Amino acid sequence: MKLIPACEEDQQLLRRLEAEAGTNVNLCYQCGKCSAGCPAAFAMDYPPRQVIRLLQLGMVKQALKAESIWICASCETCSTRCPRGVDIASLMDTLRREALRQGLITDKKVAAFNQAFLNGVRLFGRTYEAGLLLQHNLKTMQPFKDAQYGLPMMKRGKISILPAKIKNRDQVKKIFDKVQQLGGE
Amino acid sequence: MVAVAQHPNIELVTYAEVVKVSGYIGNFTVTIKKKAKYVDWNLCTGCGTCWEKCPSKKIKDEFELGMGMRTSIHKLFPQAVPGKPIIDAATCTKLTKGKCGICEKVCPTQAIRYDDKDQYVDEEVGAIVMATGYDLFPWEEAYGEYGYGKYPDVITSLHFERLVSSQGPTGGKIQRPSDGKVPDSVAFIKCVGSRDDTKGKSYCSRACCMYTAKHAYQVKDKLPDSEAYVFYMDVRTAGKNYEEFYQRSLNAGAKYIRGRVSKIYPRGDKLVLKTEDTLLGMPMEVEVDMVVLATAMVPAQGAQELAKIIGFSTDKDGFFQEAHPKLQPVETFTAGVYVAGACQGPKDIPDTVAQASAAAVKVCGLFSKDRLATEPMITEVDISKCSGCGFCVPICPYHALSLVEIKDRGHHGPFTRQVVEVNSSLCQGCGACLPACRTTALSLRGFTNEQLVAEVDALCL
Amino acid sequence: MKLAYYPGCSLEGSGIEYGMSTERTADILGIELVELDDWNCCGATSGHNTNKLLSLALPARNLAIAEQMGLPMLAPCAACYNRHRNTEHVIKNDPEMRETIAQLIEMELQGTAETVSILEVLANQVGIEQIASKVTRPLLGMKAVCYYGCLLVRPVEHTGFDDPEDPQTMDRIVRALGAETLDWSHKTECCGASLVTSRPEVGNRMLYQILRNAKEAGAECIVTACPLCGMNLDMRQGQVEKEFNTKFDLPVYYVTELVAWAAGESRQAVGIDRHFVEAGRYLDEVAVRAEKIKAEKEAQAQAKAKAAAQAKKAGDQADEDPEARQKKIDAMVKAFEKNPDKMVKRLIEDEERAAILLEVIREDSKKTARLAELMVDDAEKASKAAEAYVTAELKKRAK
Repeated sequence: MKLIPACEEDQQLLRRLEAEAGTNVNLCYQCGKCSAGCPAAFAMDYPPRQVIRLLQLGMVKQALKAESIWICASCETCSTRCPRGVDIASLMDTLRREALRQGLITDKKVAAFNQAFLNGVRLFGRTYEAGLLLQHNLKTMQPFKDAQYGLPMMKRGKISILPAKIKNRDQVKKIFDKVQQLGGE
Repeated sequence: MVAVAQHPNIELVTYAEVVKVSGYIGNFTVTIKKKAKYVDWNLCTGCGTCWEKCPSKKIKDEFELGMGMRTSIHKLFPQAVPGKPIIDAATCTKLTKGKCGICEKVCPTQAIRYDDKDQYVDEEVGAIVMATGYDLFPWEEAYGEYGYGKYPDVITSLHFERLVSSQGPTGGKIQRPSDGKVPDSVAFIKCVGSRDDTKGKSYCSRACCMYTAKHAYQVKDKLPDSEAYVFYMDVRTAGKNYEEFYQRSLNAGAKYIRGRVSKIYPRGDKLVLKTEDTLLGMPMEVEVDMVVLATAMVPAQGAQELAKIIGFSTDKDGFFQEAHPKLQPVETFTAGVYVAGACQGPKDIPDTVAQASAAAVKVCGLFSKDRLATEPMITEVDISKCSGCGFCVPICPYHALSLVEIKDRGHHGPFTRQVVEVNSSLCQGCGACLPACRTTALSLRGFTNEQLVAEVDALCL
Repeated sequence: MKLAYYPGCSLEGSGIEYGMSTERTADILGIELVELDDWNCCGATSGHNTNKLLSLALPARNLAIAEQMGLPMLAPCAACYNRHRNTEHVIKNDPEMRETIAQLIEMELQGTAETVSILEVLANQVGIEQIASKVTRPLLGMKAVCYYGCLLVRPVEHTGFDDPEDPQTMDRIVRALGAETLDWSHKTECCGASLVTSRPEVGNRMLYQILRNAKEAGAECIVTACPLCGMNLDMRQGQVEKEFNTKFDLPVYYVTELVAWAAGESRQAVGIDRHFVEAGRYLDEVAVRAEKIKAEKEAQAQAKAKAAAQAKKAGDQADEDPEARQKKIDAMVKAFEKNPDKMVKRLIEDEERAAILLEVIREDSKKTARLAELMVDDAEKASKAAEAYVTAELKKRAK
């Protein structure tokens, strides 16, 4: 692999991402404590430390395409234990959002889940759990996933077929629209 | 140390503290508090009968870091010089309740003195060398991911030193503090509290890489069938033969894994370490029997207070501040006060000895002269302008200013008045007194008001 | 105490037991909960995964409503608590951002609202003594581990009411109810959150670590304060058991369920019957244990009182008549002289040791006198002294 300096565009992107995340990747001295404590690292292609390494070397595109940023559960263990005070969790979030913006969706399932979740909030102001599961299942082509829980949940009053709606859900919809207009930073 | 005690020109005062220092270079007056020992060391021979017979046997020994027990009357540590005991007043039955008195009965030279008191002695000295050493960072308060000190088998390197020492609580046998079993695997974690901007100290403690390599080697040497893991970020072997020493540990079979440990937790009677081998790029879990933490070196307890008493500065981490990081490593900003060893910054034995030798020679150099040449760029008093208000006197951090009486002549004849005098040995030329002087009688040689104005003019006009 | 109440979507859905039991708990403890009018979803993890402004705006709308109410806002759901605290932190410290968000939500935003977690309210504001005083069904004999999860304790800048590595707030609350809380290492390890739904092969393993560790620590149940953790540990326990070929049988309770139950609420009111992992049986078992423990404690207390009374009687007697006492002691000494075997047998059962005692007292009349004295005053002390003499003698002989 030939290491070349990042192009101006990528450098600017990295600076913007650092500013959005509120942290500085150059503080990291690659000790590995983040990867060590990450409960989801076992499933990642690039555990947290390596994602930071990619950014340090200016390989922003690669970091955005990593599956890791979708597997990250936002548990914040990494940021809490980092001896240099690097906010890795915030960076992961920022990378996720940027990947969405650029359409680099390595993990369709997690992206689909988030989309389904927010769709319900946008329409009704509250989470529409039944709708969420339905949309998620269809989009990820697993129509019968978790079907065994449907009836038991309903019997226990934990899920309703119809969504809960708030009175001023138009206010919530407006928030979504405005954010979209602003381009969401 | 024994050589020091026996040298005719050296007076060794132990079990004592410096409580007050006044004066200046060449002329310090030091007040020493000699703590009550309750044993007359002039009579005591160090035979040891008293501590053998002492009935208060279950006191946690501070030198053994709580891993062994001692008696109330005890020698502070095996190699103490002089090798004579003191009584720990807080635990002695005779001193607290008036009962017992066995040591007095058995002492062959009748050296026990229950009525001993603290003594205060004044000494006149020409120079002071600080060598107060270091303590370890209190990791139990900061590192919850390592258990906050709950797990008895997670210890510091200093504990490990006691375990390996033939005079230690286990006679040199490496065993788990919890159950005494010989460990099948020992993990060493470096940089606990060092190089940590968030919970610990930002600096590197310098000696840990080498002593951990030593400890890992000792494990493989004493327990060849056990595993020794060292979890590191770097291996700093900057010293003569240091790299070869580290290689020897590797050759002996110590496994060095590059990665910081994120969490230690117990599973059964073992300890699980969550780490990442950054060289392989894989998160891992390792199960071990014992964990040794190489904790950061911090200044000795009470060092900052001592610096205030003596009157010199400390740095941002509490270590004694050297006058120049490269060119004056053993002097402080206070003339006549020198530093040597870990009190100035984390270091190992060769560097400490070198610094100590340097400090000693600096003192010799100082004493070889009858007169002292001091910095010329110090405060000057124009006594024709000085009103003797004394406003500047308490401002000087080096106590260099004092009011003196002079004889003067006025309209009505001779009279005496007070003016300020600058002690050229103490004044460091800091200039703090200048703004206090209302009559501009004080000026700093080399930086007078006229000189400064001329500088500004040259730049701006 | 009056608090604004933000249930969050889960407490009316998948975490309905949490909502029910929180309301019951508030009632019991005298906390008036005023639900936020027309509150909206906080956006949870999906919000901040997708868009930063959105993730701040959604909670901000609720905070604006709470500001108008002028009350601190209780958000029992850990995620809602965390998202609101995050927004609070931003709008308190970044006036520019506050303006931007205020314009987005088209509401006034001063930055004065404060979100509190259920653990803070229970442990710090209501207080442990107050909770303990409401307990009518103490959970004695319950062996629980308290599972905090991530969002209640991290990041410390936003949460800060407890230690992120070894929090104790929930443990204190559960102990106030009489239960035993075990120390364990996975208090704050992530359960997998929504990954359990979207990427089960990742999430299940994360859940497995927690359940396994709880079991290894000796727990018989898990207590939690987060509805997603609760749902994952409860509803998904079966699928984790299947995937890892093991059995856990660990009922999962919300902390408010236990508080309400211990204060006498019924299973239905609290929501115990809605769990997936059967949770009622364990509570019944605990009730039985609690009765046993109470009975044992009473018996112990009675025995202690009896012994104390006896000792007092003996003491009183001795005080009352020193002459009579001396006569008794003399009689004992005579008995030692006449029948030493019988006397030592009275003090020590073990024949070998009794024999040694015999030899000891033969040689040392002072010891005999001492034993005689003790036998008059305190039989237990006499036996102990006798044993001590024998042990010392054996030691001497060993040397």
